[in-house]
Amino acid sequence: MPFSDDARSRLDADADQVIARYPRTRSALLPLLHLVQAEEGHVSDDGIAYCAERLGLAESEVASVVSFYTMFKRHPVGEYHVGVCTNTLCAIMGGDQILADLREHLGVADDEATPDGKVSLEHVECNAACDYAPVVMVNWEFFDTMTPDSARELVDDLRSGATITLPRGPDRLCTWREASRILAGFPDGQARLGPQAGPASLVGLRLAKEHGWTAPPPPASTAAPGEGSDQ
Amino acid sequence: MSGVLTPVLTAHWDEPDSFSLEGYRRAGGYQALEKTLRVPQDDIVATLKGSGLRGRGGAGFPTGVKWGFIPQGDGKPHYLVVNADESEPGTCKDIPLMMATPHLLIEGSIITCFAIKANTAFIYVRGEVLHVVRRVQQAVAEAYEAGYLGRDILGSGYDLDIIVHCGAGAYICGEETAMLDSLEGYRGQPRLKPPFPAVEGLYSCPTVINNVESIASVPSIVADGADWFAGMGSAKSKGFGIFSLSGHVVAPGQYEAPLGITLRELLDLSGGIRAGHRLKFWTPGGSSTQLLTDEHVDVPLDFESMVAVGSQLGTRALQIFDETSCVVRATLRWTEFYQHESCGKCTPCREGTYWMVRVLDRLEHGQGSEEDLEKLLDMCDNILGRAFCALADGAVSPVVSSIKYFRDEYLEHQKGGGCPFDPAAATLFGDSR
Repeated sequence: MPFSDDARSRLDADADQVIARYPRTRSALLPLLHLVQAEEGHVSDDGIAYCAERLGLAESEVASVVSFYTMFKRHPVGEYHVGVCTNTLCAIMGGDQILADLREHLGVADDEATPDGKVSLEHVECNAACDYAPVVMVNWEFFDTMTPDSARELVDDLRSGATITLPRGPDRLCTWREASRILAGFPDGQARLGPQAGPASLVGLRLAKEHGWTAPPPPASTAAPGEGSDQ
Repeated sequence: MSGVLTPVLTAHWDEPDSFSLEGYRRAGGYQALEKTLRVPQDDIVATLKGSGLRGRGGAGFPTGVKWGFIPQGDGKPHYLVVNADESEPGTCKDIPLMMATPHLLIEGSIITCFAIKANTAFIYVRGEVLHVVRRVQQAVAEAYEAGYLGRDILGSGYDLDIIVHCGAGAYICGEETAMLDSLEGYRGQPRLKPPFPAVEGLYSCPTVINNVESIASVPSIVADGADWFAGMGSAKSKGFGIFSLSGHVVAPGQYEAPLGITLRELLDLSGGIRAGHRLKFWTPGGSSTQLLTDEHVDVPLDFESMVAVGSQLGTRALQIFDETSCVVRATLRWTEFYQHESCGKCTPCREGTYWMVRVLDRLEHGQGSEEDLEKLLDMCDNILGRAFCALADGAVSPVVSSIKYFRDEYLEHQKGGGCPFDPAAATLFGDSR
């Protein structure tokens, strides 16, 4: 079903901004796909047609890009999309067991949503948080050092609407569509919320401070290239 | 006093507002930029060359030399593309850096762009890290408001725009030319080199592509000098870097130290392997670097020493596995990853990773034979160096090195008719769930 007039005008206003960011229009394709995913929750045929029209591309060109990237979904996923890291380190530290448990608990396959539309599940590759293994992502927010029990509790809370505490994120977990909108380049104003760093990120710095270890001081005479120091 | 650990990039991560403009300025932020804008660009490039900084994204190419390849007076636009697509398995340093101190990346980007005479930069950040995306977007917006970005920056007459661009889930986009294709709105597939990006990069214009940590190292180098930076580290691996410990260790996390520190030193100061266990195998720089064992804990973690023992420094992603871990399972899983992430452009990588998974799966489940090991090594011979990009070479690393060090363990799987390890024993939660 084509977009309603409301949706179309909303998309047009945002798409104009996205396209204007780039020296060449085709560069706007990935953010536009995040944008249509924010509108519909996935990238539908209409979403593909919309991007093609706005960028002067064939629909097949857009479709071939969509199918390349795992974050673009061609069918609806849950309001909360859960990714369990099963790359080697997380898998061995417990990610395999967490994913198997959640599949059984939720009764869903990869990229499939629960009947209430609340939660979908997929395995993800390394999400750059190995020092917090095993890692689970919800709408691309980190949930650190998980266990099968804590993961099960998390998805139950997502389904019941209970409050979720994000270890390294803002106060409120945003929905899949809201997350997609941020990725399209439209911030939600929550950047200043949440901690600046998680505990594992700070272990080296804390040790250095305990021992009084620092980098050597700069030589007194050194400054920016080509001029004297004013420090 | 100079120490075992040398926090520079990580020095302010423990300040609650380190990510804000106020917090960053309080820590001396943007002072390097103010100085830089008053000196000739060539001097900045010379400083970077003199510092010996080598790219922190894995390949270790000298950053200043890369900048020096950008043609001058060519009349074309120049671009900086910051590679913030951190996704090499085990690598987890750029994400906390951007979460805690995004302005360090912005300041480094502005100095870099000024040095290479670029007026547009892109920060290509992987999409799967929402709060990091927020922090980087916010830092860019704050930098515009403060006059560090936009027109006539700090009255210097220099203009720069930075665009934050989110990826959409594809490891291969961390490869520099695949990143350019992705940024141009295509499937992220690597390009044939030459031409190198410094000559024909983004939109066929001269382009520098640098890793987050490389760029974040720039402000301190221009502020404190090439000699200061080069005074740390080892002979050909200068300066400091973030070492990421993960896996079966007491204190996984980020440790910033001079290049050349050893795994033993890092383990000693961080509490070592988890209690009651011993080191079995580890990666020095992500899964694309060959596995090492407990024989290698005293080898300096620098570019040359790692090559000398048949591996690479990579991204200093130290994934630590103790004796409860099955190396066949680990290798199978990494190979599945490379198969999943192969872009499909080059046949040896696309087909080779597919078939290696089949053979490894058979071996892990006790249905293989010793001949399969020779077959795997033969496949590796036919993949290594035969594809456009380094993904294929990386895919070979865990296979070759695990067979090299743990041939007997592969064979034990066949003797026993299956994997001899209990996966529960290797988990973080063990039997305590």
